[in-house]
Amino acid sequence: MQSVLGDKKALAILLGPALLVYTLVMLVPIIWSMGYTFFSGNAISGFTFVGTDNLTRLFTDPEVRTALSFTIRYAVVITVGQILMGYLLSLMYVFILKKSSNVIRTLVFFPVVLPTVAVALLFQKMFEIAPQNGLVNSLLNGVGVESVDWFGSASSAFWVIVLMDIWRSMGFYAVLLYAGLVDIPEDMLESARLDGATGWRLIKNIVLPLSLPVLLSSIIFSINGTLKVFDSIVALTNGGPGSSTTPLTLYMFRTSFTFGDYGYGSSIALLLTLLCLIVTIFIFRSSRRDLTKD
Amino acid sequence: MATLRTKNRMLLLGASLGTASLVLTGCGAGSSGGGEGGSEAGEFSFLTNVENTTISTELETLASDQCKTAADAMPLKVDTVPQTNLDQQLQLLAGQGALPVQFAAGNAPALTKELAGSGNVLDLEATLTDLDVIDQIEPAAIDTIKALYGGFNVLPYQYNVEGVWYNKQLFAENNIEVPQSWDDFVAASESLKQSGVTPLSASGEQGWPLTRLISGYLFSDLGKDALQKVADGEAKLTDPEYVEAAAQVASLGEKGYFGEGVGSIDYDTAINQFLTGEAGMLYMGSWVLANFNDEAANQIGLDNIGFMPFPKVEGGSGVDNQYAANVGLPMAISQKAYNEGTGEWLKCISENYGSSALGNQGSISGFKVNEEVDVDPLTQTVQETISSTSESVLWFEALFDTQATTASQTNAAPLVTGSMSPEQFMETVQSALK
Repeated sequence: MQSVLGDKKALAILLGPALLVYTLVMLVPIIWSMGYTFFSGNAISGFTFVGTDNLTRLFTDPEVRTALSFTIRYAVVITVGQILMGYLLSLMYVFILKKSSNVIRTLVFFPVVLPTVAVALLFQKMFEIAPQNGLVNSLLNGVGVESVDWFGSASSAFWVIVLMDIWRSMGFYAVLLYAGLVDIPEDMLESARLDGATGWRLIKNIVLPLSLPVLLSSIIFSINGTLKVFDSIVALTNGGPGSSTTPLTLYMFRTSFTFGDYGYGSSIALLLTLLCLIVTIFIFRSSRRDLTKD
Repeated sequence: MATLRTKNRMLLLGASLGTASLVLTGCGAGSSGGGEGGSEAGEFSFLTNVENTTISTELETLASDQCKTAADAMPLKVDTVPQTNLDQQLQLLAGQGALPVQFAAGNAPALTKELAGSGNVLDLEATLTDLDVIDQIEPAAIDTIKALYGGFNVLPYQYNVEGVWYNKQLFAENNIEVPQSWDDFVAASESLKQSGVTPLSASGEQGWPLTRLISGYLFSDLGKDALQKVADGEAKLTDPEYVEAAAQVASLGEKGYFGEGVGSIDYDTAINQFLTGEAGMLYMGSWVLANFNDEAANQIGLDNIGFMPFPKVEGGSGVDNQYAANVGLPMAISQKAYNEGTGEWLKCISENYGSSALGNQGSISGFKVNEEVDVDPLTQTVQETISSTSESVLWFEALFDTQATTASQTNAAPLVTGSMSPEQFMETVQSALK
């Protein structure tokens, strides 16, 4: 093995094809996309060099501010919701349901395999007010509360999206975190119990620190996934009412392909990239801190 | 020191790769949806918005009858896309050089102009002259198309006037006279609301049925050049007299005249509300006659439907009997995909579509009606209105680019539900105008 890895020709043969494919399908389009940020126009009308105009426009565009604010709010709320619900479910699987958790695990995981559009349509129907009341408004009417136009205001539409996305994905995080929890040695838990640690104290002092690596991976997964949310929102609210539930990804898509401005669309993509990068670095940094000190 | 440099280099490399991959991811999100609608050799491919079934149904009828020869040589293949996704679909297809032979022109005429400027749209004036069928198109329709699209670039499958359709029975039951002025219109809406009927059926999901009310008010109040002045930069939508129009329409929403959940009501639901008697009035173009002629859907009966112009704003400088005119859902032909077979189709459509669509669906087009067709009284009224209208107006977004059109149509529902003020609405649309 040493001799193979020491042979430059062998290395070139082994890595060359993969590197070539990677370069063609990843690096070239990336550089191409970054190049677009210095141009305005599109494939139909052609491109004009505009220097850094697109980048400076990012700071003055009110739509960018709205989209950025929505994206961050969405990412924070959904990440907290997904991880919290996932963690609670995984604790329930391990400590309450134990070996009989199979059926519940499968049921909770089921929405993960459903197509996003189908889930969005389901929630649209559940929360609709026109042409007829959906399940939620019918229930509200049943207890004497008037129907609510859930998709008519920014705040209620936001909470419907939150509910849908947490319901849709908590099963995935529950399974992910469950895999981390079952790895905690049983004898360690047993000795903690003998020392008098039960309930919340056991979770806080033993389970949480030992499941921290998988928890951290889940947070990184979740935050990066939620910052780039697209399909579920397009299918449920299409960014409305107005542009109040439009994330950066959808604004970027519309700017590029509806408004025909590839350059500004790429600039928005760059902003999204920086956002993901900053968040990821921040999480990595904080995870490297030695918890035993200070 | 060396470790630090290596660490920095690694961090830089990591950052660059991360940035780069995420840029790609960001862009990747938008890459779906392409490829549809592309034309295969030998097919008369036709991409239209899913809401419009009139044209595809009629073309299928022609394909099995008058246009059989053209259809045998070049079979018709219809693809659909939701109207709200039409502009982006056209841009993607045009960017890939994959536009179908015939396609619905975008929501904003500006997009069709852009496509024409880049050689993607067939010059119909030259082509139809070559095919010797230019006289099969109504001159008024050609004029309207030229005014909107900068040339004869789209086929007038529908030639419409827009106005307010009302339920005669509901009006009679509530002692409502046909409104002549805006104030009458508001009073009629109030009477209908009091009687437990939704006064105005409108699709907030589409947005444009609401913004048509704003432009109607503007043209009636400020004159027919009100929006031309905005397009020319002589006036701004944020000027008080323009904001007033948005405020008037917003107040209709505030009073509950559009019913509950207007933002969630789609085009079909809006039509159904009117045709089932749940709503008293509907602002719509004459293309809706095809729906009215559907006996299964029309529960209120054709005789029970009246048509009136946009109510006049008292003291306004607009014309009396104001109708908006347009070539509803115009279709363009791809210049790159044009061939002899397409020419045969165009010739046949030009000669037969007018009579066929009017006879089968009561749909009035910009093609000449070459055969005697018996039409119902309502269609007759609309035909007479079209021929007697000497001055027509455009619609709110007619002179806007794609971005301003989207801003206007997506924010129309928040305007009437009160989550956006009239000032904010006009400011949003104005700032989207380039």
